[in-house]
Amino acid sequence: MRQVLLKPTVGPLIVLLLFCAVFSLATHTFLAAGNLSLVVQQSVIVGTLAIGQTMIILTAGVDLANGGIAVLGTIVAGRLVAEQQNPALFSLLFALILCTGFGMVAGLLVSRLTLPPFIVTLGLLGIITAITRLVAHGGAFPVTDDLLAWPGNAFAVGDTSITYGMVIMFGLYLLVWYLLTQTAWGRHIYAIGNNREAARLVGIPVQSRLLSVYTFAGLLYGIGSWLALGRIPNADPNALQNANLDSITAVVIGGTSLFGGRGSLWGTLIGTLIVAVLRNGLTLTGIDPLWQDLVTGILVISAVALDQVSKRKQR
Amino acid sequence: MKVEQKPVLPPLGTVVLEARGIVKRYGHVTALGGADLELVAGEVLAIVGDNGAGKSTLIKVLCGAVVPDEGQVLLDGAPVHFRNPLDARKRGIETVYQDLAVAPALDIATNLFLGRELRRRGPVGSWFRLLDKNRMRREAQREMDELKFHLPSIDSPVEKLSGGQRQGVAVARAAIFARRLVIMDEPTAALGVRESGQVLNLIRSIRDRGLPVILISHDMPHVFEVADRIQIMRLGRRVALTTPQRHSMSEVVAIMTGAARGDEQTSPA
Repeated sequence: MRQVLLKPTVGPLIVLLLFCAVFSLATHTFLAAGNLSLVVQQSVIVGTLAIGQTMIILTAGVDLANGGIAVLGTIVAGRLVAEQQNPALFSLLFALILCTGFGMVAGLLVSRLTLPPFIVTLGLLGIITAITRLVAHGGAFPVTDDLLAWPGNAFAVGDTSITYGMVIMFGLYLLVWYLLTQTAWGRHIYAIGNNREAARLVGIPVQSRLLSVYTFAGLLYGIGSWLALGRIPNADPNALQNANLDSITAVVIGGTSLFGGRGSLWGTLIGTLIVAVLRNGLTLTGIDPLWQDLVTGILVISAVALDQVSKRKQR
Repeated sequence: MKVEQKPVLPPLGTVVLEARGIVKRYGHVTALGGADLELVAGEVLAIVGDNGAGKSTLIKVLCGAVVPDEGQVLLDGAPVHFRNPLDARKRGIETVYQDLAVAPALDIATNLFLGRELRRRGPVGSWFRLLDKNRMRREAQREMDELKFHLPSIDSPVEKLSGGQRQGVAVARAAIFARRLVIMDEPTAALGVRESGQVLNLIRSIRDRGLPVILISHDMPHVFEVADRIQIMRLGRRVALTTPQRHSMSEVVAIMTGAARGDEQTSPA
């Protein structure tokens, strides 16, 4: 029993089930198949950004630019198609490569120049936000193309409607779970976050591992921007304002340590769902949306406090 | 790298590693002024010396962390030129560092194979990069048994272990992968008395398996407990080569500090 409770994902899972129970008692609509599908649809963007965020936080870093990178991706793809009539596939690939490139830039600065990830991504956020505004030149780009909006298309399984965006997100979770837990690369990521000097001494190529993490995260953010276009087919430079902080929230509530080296990707998925369930449930109960941010804030601080306490105990 | 690759042990008494006239200068400071060293198969060779005597620099040359200005390093009689620690490791030289070089949140088996993970055989391993966790656990358990190093469970995270057990994990990792020799830089410096005892036992186990060990330590009782021979360094050179039987602890300290002359001292320092 103690072993089960000590599993890092169990705590977040209990919180998630608790919220689900409370909201299904408080409202008639929460448990409806349509609503549950909506909750997951609402979480695909943050859920995908949070995958990259998890990898980076596991290396004892943090990414403050992932929302910005994803927005840039939507704007670039949207404008290439809507204003310049480029083929959708080309535009999408261009956006993916651009996002990957920005991830790589962050990775180079963090690994080669050993700059703090906090500062690197904060600076990048400013640069990327400015580029986004320049590219958008004051407008938004409605997406009418089938390929760009494809992740928003749904198919039905019984009563539940499932979007391709959900499938992509879960697929990415499976892929990165595999990489993190079943390959040497994943173990190196954990080791670097846990004790970077030890990782170097045992011969792990720390620099190239860090570079690969940030670059791969950039690609995931690019995919996130595609999912965003599927969800709201309008590339708007003012969209996804909270996505970045939400992705950190999801990772932290999911039990991954901000100190690096500890945590699990499934925890992040649960954390993402907790935030989405909370938003959805509070809206359904008709409570002022301001309370959503308040409760989320309390959850984040509690999660970090728990992490800090458990860290102190080990010393 | 395969763990099954057991060291091909040379007969006792052959020189495994040799350093001749190693010179290393940092600006005007001469850290090593023509230092020598011979490590014989099957022995624990302790290197002692006061601060600044050059023992750390000499070790760094041997494990590839420092490239010497002059002099030669020979492994099994053939000259080698290590440009970095990875070069030395590829030639079968493993180093254990003073600070505990482990990842505390990861389990013992993972730590033992960190940076040298074993993958599944066949396409699952080579294409999908799937780790062979069972094989690593088995190998880790077997090596720990062979070293007579007893731990609660190979699956428990390293942070659940005592300091001595943690250093034991680092030492065991070196012992598993070393094919020629193991270098230990102050392995007991951060440990208490009983914990040091566990590490000293491990050093003996490694030697008894046939791998020679170079041990750098400030702690004279530890040196006298495990060393077969003692090399005394002073001012960047070897000033004496002795055994715990020939000289007492206080005599060794006297040579170290310059209060007494060593056998190889050519001129009074």
